[in-house]
Amino acid sequence: MLSAVANGLRALGGFAVGGVWRLGYASRFFVLVLLSSATSFRRIGLTIREIYFSGFLSLIIIAVSGLFVGMVLGLQGYETLERYGSEEALGVIVALSLVRELGPVVAGLLFASRAGSAMTAEIGLMKATEQISAMEMMAVDPIARVVAPRFWAGVVSMPLLAAMFSVMGVFGGYLVGVVMIGVDAGSFWSQMQAAVDVRRDIVNGVIKSVVFGVAITAISLFEGYDAPPTAEGVSRATTRTVVTSSLAILGLDFALTALMFRGL
Amino acid sequence: MERKKLDLWVGLFVALGIGALLFLAVKVGNLSAISVSDTYEVNAHFDNIGGLKRRAPVKSAGVVIGHIVDISFDPQRFDAKVTLGIDKRYPFTKDTTASILTSGLLGEQYVGLEAGADPEPLQPGDTLMLTQSAVVLEKLIGKFLFSTGNESKDSEGAAAPSTPRAPAPPGFGPGE
Repeated sequence: MLSAVANGLRALGGFAVGGVWRLGYASRFFVLVLLSSATSFRRIGLTIREIYFSGFLSLIIIAVSGLFVGMVLGLQGYETLERYGSEEALGVIVALSLVRELGPVVAGLLFASRAGSAMTAEIGLMKATEQISAMEMMAVDPIARVVAPRFWAGVVSMPLLAAMFSVMGVFGGYLVGVVMIGVDAGSFWSQMQAAVDVRRDIVNGVIKSVVFGVAITAISLFEGYDAPPTAEGVSRATTRTVVTSSLAILGLDFALTALMFRGL
Repeated sequence: MERKKLDLWVGLFVALGIGALLFLAVKVGNLSAISVSDTYEVNAHFDNIGGLKRRAPVKSAGVVIGHIVDISFDPQRFDAKVTLGIDKRYPFTKDTTASILTSGLLGEQYVGLEAGADPEPLQPGDTLMLTQSAVVLEKLIGKFLFSTGNESKDSEGAAAPSTPRAPAPPGFGPGE
């Protein structure tokens, strides 16, 4: 009986110590990436290459999802607003929900699963095939050469992708609301412009997407760098990247929203 | 992929992203109207502000000319003190009237300003003397029931049920 309790406590303690240790390791890794990011600006070609892979190649999925999310918002928003006879407010609903929440969050989730998982798998495989060790042998700092450019590429790409997501969403809402259903185009745009504040809504959305970009790339790179150098280890690390960054996005989103809009 | 082609695509990506941000700022939000940061602040006291909120628009003749900066309760006068931030480009007269109005039947509430005839301009920090409170639906219904009750008693009820001081139109009262 007593030993069972002790075993349970020991398991809990081991779990807590392991969690704290891993968190500390991840924080040290993050600081190391920041400290060795000089190379990614001096040799900007490295960063540009990564922006191409994680940003430009994500454009299609971001644009198409943004369009569809906006079209669904248009349909659902119209359905609800029609009951109150205020269909003209459709632009407000579509724009505010996209700019404040859906743009950064959904673009972040897509970015985590498309670009974050690729980063983890790539770095994990580089580690498994001992390319990282080879770099260290040649006195090339793998963090400065491989990790930091990917980090800055993610931080640059994410707000741009979120903004494009929002624009495509507004366009989708316009297509459904104005072109398909027939809401008045003038009131669609003018009510939207009256309700959306640049500082409060758009800048806050951009801040959110930058924070998500930092979180997603930091998690992806850490998981890749920390992955056990086996096929199984890399696959697990990739899964963990998607799960952890999605949870981080949603949790951070709540915290940021509470700070920005309620001023807690 | 060679460097030139890569640069081209990334340049396109960044340009699209910045274009999207600009589109959001200009077409979705109204950068031009919000970025007027130069405002002067005046106060107005209202008996009842209804559902007026901070950052609600201040309009004159239907044009947005400012925002509500702050709303607080004045414990000396037991009324609401509303601070209005008005664009510097629009000077107003000292006897400007402020009233709390509603856009549409269920829309948001805003403060409407009507300039008077006083040659003195409104200075920052001034208090508007003439204000009109928000229309509270319950009071309106009560008033209506009361006045129709009166009307049935004496047939000439049309002569304004309870006009206060003669010159001010009904509902207006001196702010201080």
